[in-house]
Amino acid sequence: MNIHEYQTKELLRGYGVPVPEGRVAHNVDNAATIAEALGGERWVVKAQIHAGGRGKGGGVKVASSLDDVKQFTDAMIGSNLVTPQTGEAGRMVQRVLVEQACNINKEYYLGMVIDRATQRITMIGSASGGMNIEEVAKTDPDRVIREAVDPAIGLAGFQSRKIAAKMGFRGKQIGEAAKIMQALYRCFRDKDALLAEINPLADIDDGKLMALDAKMSFDSNAMYRRPSITELRDFDEEDSKEVEASGHGLNYIALDGNVGCIVNGAGLAMATMDAISFHDGKPANFLDVGGGASPEKVGNAFRIVLQDPNVKAILVNIFAGINRCDWIAEGLVQAMRDQDIKVPIVVRLAGTNVEKGAPILKDSGFPFIMADNLDDAATKVVAALEGTS
Amino acid sequence: MSVFVHKSSRVIIQGFTGQHATFHAEESMQNGTTVVGGVTPGKGGQEHLGLPVFDTVHQAVAETGADVSGIFVPPPFAADAIMESLEAGIGVIVVIADGIPVQDMVRVKRYAVDKNAIIIGPNTPGIITPDACKVGIMPSHIYTPGRIGVVSRSGTLNYEAVQQMSEYGMGQTTSVGIGGDPVNGTDFVTVLRAFEEDPETEAVIMIGEIGGQQEVEAARWAKENMSKPVVGFVAGVSAPPGRRMGHAGAIISGEADTANAKMDLMEELGVHVVRNPALIGETAKRVFS
Repeated sequence: MNIHEYQTKELLRGYGVPVPEGRVAHNVDNAATIAEALGGERWVVKAQIHAGGRGKGGGVKVASSLDDVKQFTDAMIGSNLVTPQTGEAGRMVQRVLVEQACNINKEYYLGMVIDRATQRITMIGSASGGMNIEEVAKTDPDRVIREAVDPAIGLAGFQSRKIAAKMGFRGKQIGEAAKIMQALYRCFRDKDALLAEINPLADIDDGKLMALDAKMSFDSNAMYRRPSITELRDFDEEDSKEVEASGHGLNYIALDGNVGCIVNGAGLAMATMDAISFHDGKPANFLDVGGGASPEKVGNAFRIVLQDPNVKAILVNIFAGINRCDWIAEGLVQAMRDQDIKVPIVVRLAGTNVEKGAPILKDSGFPFIMADNLDDAATKVVAALEGTS
Repeated sequence: MSVFVHKSSRVIIQGFTGQHATFHAEESMQNGTTVVGGVTPGKGGQEHLGLPVFDTVHQAVAETGADVSGIFVPPPFAADAIMESLEAGIGVIVVIADGIPVQDMVRVKRYAVDKNAIIIGPNTPGIITPDACKVGIMPSHIYTPGRIGVVSRSGTLNYEAVQQMSEYGMGQTTSVGIGGDPVNGTDFVTVLRAFEEDPETEAVIMIGEIGGQQEVEAARWAKENMSKPVVGFVAGVSAPPGRRMGHAGAIISGEADTANAKMDLMEELGVHVVRNPALIGETAKRVFS
């Protein structure tokens, strides 16, 4: 689960990370009032969407007058901001963050992840701030410093000073940077984060350190115990079909092909997409109906997959373990009765109660195309596609 | 033989009296598993499925001599249940729960450091040595005793591979689901090592997916240490970067994470890579015979 920059900064401020003075604005007048109250001569206006690379798309502007603040806010709010991370459609901007501007002497990177290799929370620092850290890691790996945290001890003071020194901090900035790392670690641990980034961590004006941009994402499996984070969720930033699907206990991700997929299990769902691609078809979605799929769940899966107008054929691939093929088959027949489904449907059933499931489909009178195995299913759905175009 | 769980294994179930646990404990007992009891705090002293229920794992181990535990408790309580089993000296802990907070698993891994136990999962269908011992939720009837070791991150893709094997007359020594989470108990290398050391296992099928580097590390380990052939597949060739494909661990976050990048490297390291998931059985048959 992701949150906005202004929310992240508010959260980190609470832990003692220095962030610029600023507030979020929902309209032009609001933005001007905030800028005036903040005082100073220059402000930064930043579009608030859940995607990086905003500067490249015109979503970050420095204003030298209140008129500038109004003009930039007006241009951003209500517009579709396209960045390298949003895709071509872009993301609608609903609010901007107005902050005091500052003079930057140097930019650093500070991040925290759960590293798969060490299976621990790991702090990442670099003197190459303001850049894509993955790029830096690739082109100049020596400039990326990593330090794994022992969960029984927490981030030790000496570890944070070590990272600070390696990042190139000197004098009293070592202590300041270490304090920021400690705060970031506490926030990361307390709130069940999966990722935190301060980029850039800037050396500003008189040598103070400040988090000029910050991003965090959280473990949705832990949000049951983090209500203060859960309430920061912004549904406007998520795909409406994906939100609807998760409400039905389905895991759906929209893709850009034309073969709809309804599968049980994440791994088999990916493999089904791969088998379709192997036969030169293009999957329209990832969809995992999960274990214990009821007929209703199958119906909902069809409804969500068919909301995508690009879908020209559907492949249903179920390998029932806890699931039962007869329930799935009943769900399929019910969906055909309830919904106006015009696209060809290829069905492959295997596992528990397959001997009861197949006859239900056959006797229904609906034109299901039955497949014997995964390869047969992928071949048939791609062939069916050719028949429709 | 087999790996991790055997005919001689004595299994307890944590969260024993729950609906799913009951169903799967019964199914595994019907298929040859020796379940010796279970744990449900507050229900100690009762009987369930004709077996004793204990309040703590410690009591269960003392009374029954259990050496394997299947954890069926809900995700918020699973980390604690794993540590309870570790503390009680259980040697093989199978964690079915899907949705354990990642930081809980980070702490569990730290707690496990000096415990000398195998943790299978979380987010796994479990582990099965056909007709001898099953701890998990997979359908026993699709597995048959044989000479191939199977290890996968995904559950249903494990079933898929096993069914393809059956079509070509191949059975399993043991099939292990290591789970779809980013921080999990046991990695591919640990399972490959066990298969290499098991005299009955003649070859291994390894099924990975996008996210992380453990398939490649396993292939590297196999090149240096394994005498038995490995057939490998990585799911998610058609998955877009930055999107979590169902499993918390299945996300492409860098170039080396993609399915194709991993399969290319595995191939270079001597794994017999299958590019089409529908041909896992066929390829295994060709390579292993």
